Amino acid sequence: MLRRMKPKMSVQTLRFVRRGEPVTVHSVPADRTLLQVLREDLQLTAAKEGCGEGDCGACTVVIGEPTGGQLRYQAINSCIRLAHSVDGMVLWTAEDISGIVAPTLGAAASSMNKAIPALSSGLHPAQEAMVQCHGSQCGFCTPGFVMSLFALYQNTGGGQGVTRAQAQADLSGNLCRCTGYRPILDAAVAMGSLPLPAGCAVNEASTLAALKSIAPRQAEGAAYLRPRTLEALLQARARHPHAQVVAGCTDVGLWVTKQHRQFGQVLDVTATRELKRVETYPHHIAIGAAVTLEQAYTALVKERPQLQPFAKRFAGLPVRNSGTLGGNVANGSPIGDSMPLLIALGASVVLMRWDAKRQQVAHRELRLEDLYTGYRTNVMKADELLAWIKVPRPVVDEAMKVYKISKRFDDDISAVCLAIQMTCKNGLVKAVSIGAGGVAATPVRARQTEAALLGQPWTADTVMAAMATLRAEFQPISDMRASAHYRQTVLGNLLQRFWLESQGRTCINLESPATLEALA
Amino acid sequence: MNAPELNAFTGATRAAGVSHAHESARAQVEGAATYIDDIPEVRGTLHAAPVCSHAAHGILRGVDVSAALAVPGVRAVIDAGDIPGDTTLAAFALDEPVFALDTVQFVGQVIALVVADDVMTARRAARLVKLDIEPLDAVLSVHEAHALEHYVLPAVHVKRGDAQAALRRAPHQLEGRFEVGGQEHFYLEGQIAYVLPLEQNQWWVYTSTQHPGEVQHWVSHALGLSNHAVTVECRRMGGGFGGKETQAGHLAVWAAVAANKLRCPVKLRLDRDDDFMITGKRHPFAYHYRVGFDDTGLLCGLDLEMLANCGFSADLSGPVADRAIFHADNAYFLEDVAISSYRCRTNTQSHTAFRGFGGPQGVIVIERILSDIARTLGMEPLDVRLRNLYGIQERNVTHYQMKVEDNILEPLISQLALTSGYRERREQIAAWNANSPVIKKGLALTPVKFGISFTATLFNQGGALVHVYTDGSVQVNHGGTEMGQGLNTKVAQIVADELGVPFDRVLSTAADTSKVPNASATAASAGTDLNGRAAQFAARHVRDNLAAFVAGLDGVGAGSVQFEAGQVITDKSTRTFEDVVAAAYANRIQLWSDGFYRTPKIHYDKATLTGRPFYYFAYGAAVSEVAIDTLTGESRVLKVDILHDVGHSINPALDIGQIEGGFVQGMGWLTNEQLVWNEKGKLTTHAPSTYKIPATGDIPAHLKVDLWPEANREDNVHGSKAVGEPPFMLAISVFEALRDAVAQAGGQPKGMNAPGTAEEVLRAFD
Repeated sequence: MLRRMKPKMSVQTLRFVRRGEPVTVHSVPADRTLLQVLREDLQLTAAKEGCGEGDCGACTVVIGEPTGGQLRYQAINSCIRLAHSVDGMVLWTAEDISGIVAPTLGAAASSMNKAIPALSSGLHPAQEAMVQCHGSQCGFCTPGFVMSLFALYQNTGGGQGVTRAQAQADLSGNLCRCTGYRPILDAAVAMGSLPLPAGCAVNEASTLAALKSIAPRQAEGAAYLRPRTLEALLQARARHPHAQVVAGCTDVGLWVTKQHRQFGQVLDVTATRELKRVETYPHHIAIGAAVTLEQAYTALVKERPQLQPFAKRFAGLPVRNSGTLGGNVANGSPIGDSMPLLIALGASVVLMRWDAKRQQVAHRELRLEDLYTGYRTNVMKADELLAWIKVPRPVVDEAMKVYKISKRFDDDISAVCLAIQMTCKNGLVKAVSIGAGGVAATPVRARQTEAALLGQPWTADTVMAAMATLRAEFQPISDMRASAHYRQTVLGNLLQRFWLESQGRTCINLESPATLEALA
Repeated sequence: MNAPELNAFTGATRAAGVSHAHESARAQVEGAATYIDDIPEVRGTLHAAPVCSHAAHGILRGVDVSAALAVPGVRAVIDAGDIPGDTTLAAFALDEPVFALDTVQFVGQVIALVVADDVMTARRAARLVKLDIEPLDAVLSVHEAHALEHYVLPAVHVKRGDAQAALRRAPHQLEGRFEVGGQEHFYLEGQIAYVLPLEQNQWWVYTSTQHPGEVQHWVSHALGLSNHAVTVECRRMGGGFGGKETQAGHLAVWAAVAANKLRCPVKLRLDRDDDFMITGKRHPFAYHYRVGFDDTGLLCGLDLEMLANCGFSADLSGPVADRAIFHADNAYFLEDVAISSYRCRTNTQSHTAFRGFGGPQGVIVIERILSDIARTLGMEPLDVRLRNLYGIQERNVTHYQMKVEDNILEPLISQLALTSGYRERREQIAAWNANSPVIKKGLALTPVKFGISFTATLFNQGGALVHVYTDGSVQVNHGGTEMGQGLNTKVAQIVADELGVPFDRVLSTAADTSKVPNASATAASAGTDLNGRAAQFAARHVRDNLAAFVAGLDGVGAGSVQFEAGQVITDKSTRTFEDVVAAAYANRIQLWSDGFYRTPKIHYDKATLTGRPFYYFAYGAAVSEVAIDTLTGESRVLKVDILHDVGHSINPALDIGQIEGGFVQGMGWLTNEQLVWNEKGKLTTHAPSTYKIPATGDIPAHLKVDLWPEANREDNVHGSKAVGEPPFMLAISVFEALRDAVAQAGGQPKGMNAPGTAEEVLRAFD
């Protein structure tokens, strides 16, 4: 394929399973996106490019990976996912799920002499429901919505019990500018009641068999490295200190699509077996760097159920399915939402490297807030990788809340994020840690405010004083998300919200679905 | 909730009035509907990327393309010197260069194109082009432009009676200033053009446009060719909303200039960020008003100044600002009124058409004023609105001298107030708020009366072609474009009924300037009115030919021949449509025809803005309930009830889709969608990561839409009314509900600007 003239660019073969059959794409550069491979190399144009940054969902496809002898289905943004990251997986686009093979442009004219077009002629229920509910207008976002619906369908035993609220949450990463969403949400709820036509069911057994036939074989010297073990990963890092490290690519993908950066060598952590685990210990949980945001937040919510609405507001599901908590932490964006929470929770990070002299893994652990040195800079050495995030488990009587303020509730970036963990004893603040985002060049700990609270009686007066401290503690900037004045004001007000909630006030946070139900 | 029952059309014998699925729905859900970027590329296709100004205003002293040209795969850098025709774009004001020449006028202005073997190479190289720009003072605010008298077009003043005297006489007066932000279209499919050279200096242009005829005109103008040398095709757009009315033309011209220079196919697909930076948006407006009113809330006089931020060129700003004037009354009789409209030139993107086309910027003023009057007098806002509605026999002439003949405002609003429980909910909300210190609710009912027709009378014409093939299948082509609104579906329904054949026998085909020429933009909500009627006439001509033929066979009058359910019926016989078509063909009867329609009754004087610019009005009203958080300013829309007038609906599902979609888009405009330009004139919200259109979670669980049952009182196709734009303005109820909540919480809603972001809501409590 005479596509690009870049003799220096390292390329390798990509293989995945589509429609039950292995697909092989040769000479795919390490920094080529999955959407580019689909649309430009394979001429599969169902997935669209709407924004090229994982914010609109028009490029949504579904990947399948075997877990415990079964397939796990995940909707992801193909526009910012590097193609080689799906090597050895199953892939579906909107053209792959109906029972009809290869629909043609002239399909509309094919119902010759039939008075009424047959309704269920082979569309997957996720598609049929969209047609019947009038869920597509211009249709450009539609294949993406269909794929998010398809993943939801597969993960709910055929769309069973899908509620409107669940549909809203799972589809928040897909934007539609035409319909106003009501018919799409109707389709999500309705698809479970539609018949599954012959040819639409995923044959998991044969798909798993096909997957075995393309099991990834990591070639030494490959441009896109996806080591399977921690040792191999760290050794690769030692060998390639300049390789671009990637996890879910939900940030790095934009460096490719928007900053036009090129990577000759990529090191992908997401296949590393050890780092795909969430491990539970008596006093903390440890989240591996390859654990997706969706899985990581599921673990965090399991520990602290009050985090559920916040977890659902982190980007959209396709981004949470690709991105990792480790990536979010390692990038250290000042507006990344995980850090204020993790800082408040007293999380630490474990950095690992390959010690060549001793031929073993070396590691060091530091508090999360000590990882960062400035805007997107940190203390990690060239051969180090962020391997684990350790999050202390809840203690008795802890009050823990995290508040996110953004222009849009779902799939937006914080203007201000405030996380507070506090324990009181005998009416006094015994322990408190506060993490804040959007107020400085890095995610920060509000130490002055903590000092203003610690040991004080937990009263309105204390809170008033602490609010003033919190507002003065940081000098946020004004930007497109909010003014400095607003950020400072709200920072204080969020502490007031925390106070009110600690006094038993409910229904004071519009974020929560429960509040909305109570208000309706 | 608003879903017509599934499979509603099974068994229907007529197509119109039935909720057929969108004609492309099946293809869309399978990813098989083709957009421009999905068209298989012709051998040798090159890809282009724009080189954009980084300065808001300056002298372009030099462009160094050497680094870009050195990139492997780069073929050329194209600029104004490569334009064979006029270097000025054929936009009607002739005030925009195709590529910036000696000055740059906004951040994002296109100076050149890099053309390369693939799109990423072109984009990468475009950033290597070095621009030498000597900065000049930039005018970034509409107030500054007004003070400096920087205008793209002359001001327009519309007066009736004596506003100043009426204000002096009025028992009460209010004065206010506020601003309403612009809006990015955020069509999911970004701007794109794909230009292919044909033989003998002829050109084929694939473009995602609402106005193929204008693209044809612009491209031929830039290439120095006659219009007939350029053919423009658009099967569908991935959303338009006005953003592809003129703006698509730029892309096509740029790509055509490159294709002409390099003599090969060139595709130009903008990256989303570039699309934000380059293309125009809804006009931001600033207002200053003085209003007089009596103790009953009746408006006595209104003096209104509107400043439209037009950006660096006129584009469609004239008619947009005109429509804002035409809709500053919305549903209300303004007796003594003076409106001054200034079309301000700023160093930003050239703002353009966007659903409502200035109408929303007019309606929002008077709705805001009425709410503020009610609060000033301690009256119920709905009563103030009802008090000021246009009358039936009197108080029924607009400030532009058009008699409102089809007024259904009072019964429509009253019915909605009743079915939504508006008055009871007012009381419940006041009681609820009394016990809720942090979260406060607000409620508002606002109507819309939207004038239907292009205000430029000449555009109110439509054409169509109906082809019946010998097997009885039918193709319809018309001058309109499909952007998701379902125009092709409605036109096919109309044609199917005219010929008495099932819906699926009629195929709508791509808009194509070689089929129906000189077509107007698909805009002003008039797509179905114009093209549907034209298609109906075209089909009727074919039917008349067939009826005459069958009448001859059966010896009956042609008028007695019926076409229904795929059959052709006379007193003497029943034949299938296919048999009749086959026999007619064999007898050399014409089986295809054109149709043409022009809207009757309309006329107006452009200088004074008086006359009858609109054939009829479309009406509607909405009740929105919101909640705000007084600690953060965050808000939620809780409940929406809509009653809207689409006349006799040709397709209820599509019409409800337009109503809901328009409402939610309007809600976005007035809540989260905030365009922010920095102090250097750079748009800093240039991607969906920073510019937030509504998402699934923003849609209230209760979003109820009912259709007003009455047919259009004017003679319009199937008794229907236009629906694309009017529902957008129903979302003003959301903004007024936010302001109501602020007021109920003890804040100051009078100074609130739109959009009502969390920050703006909280500012009302400063």
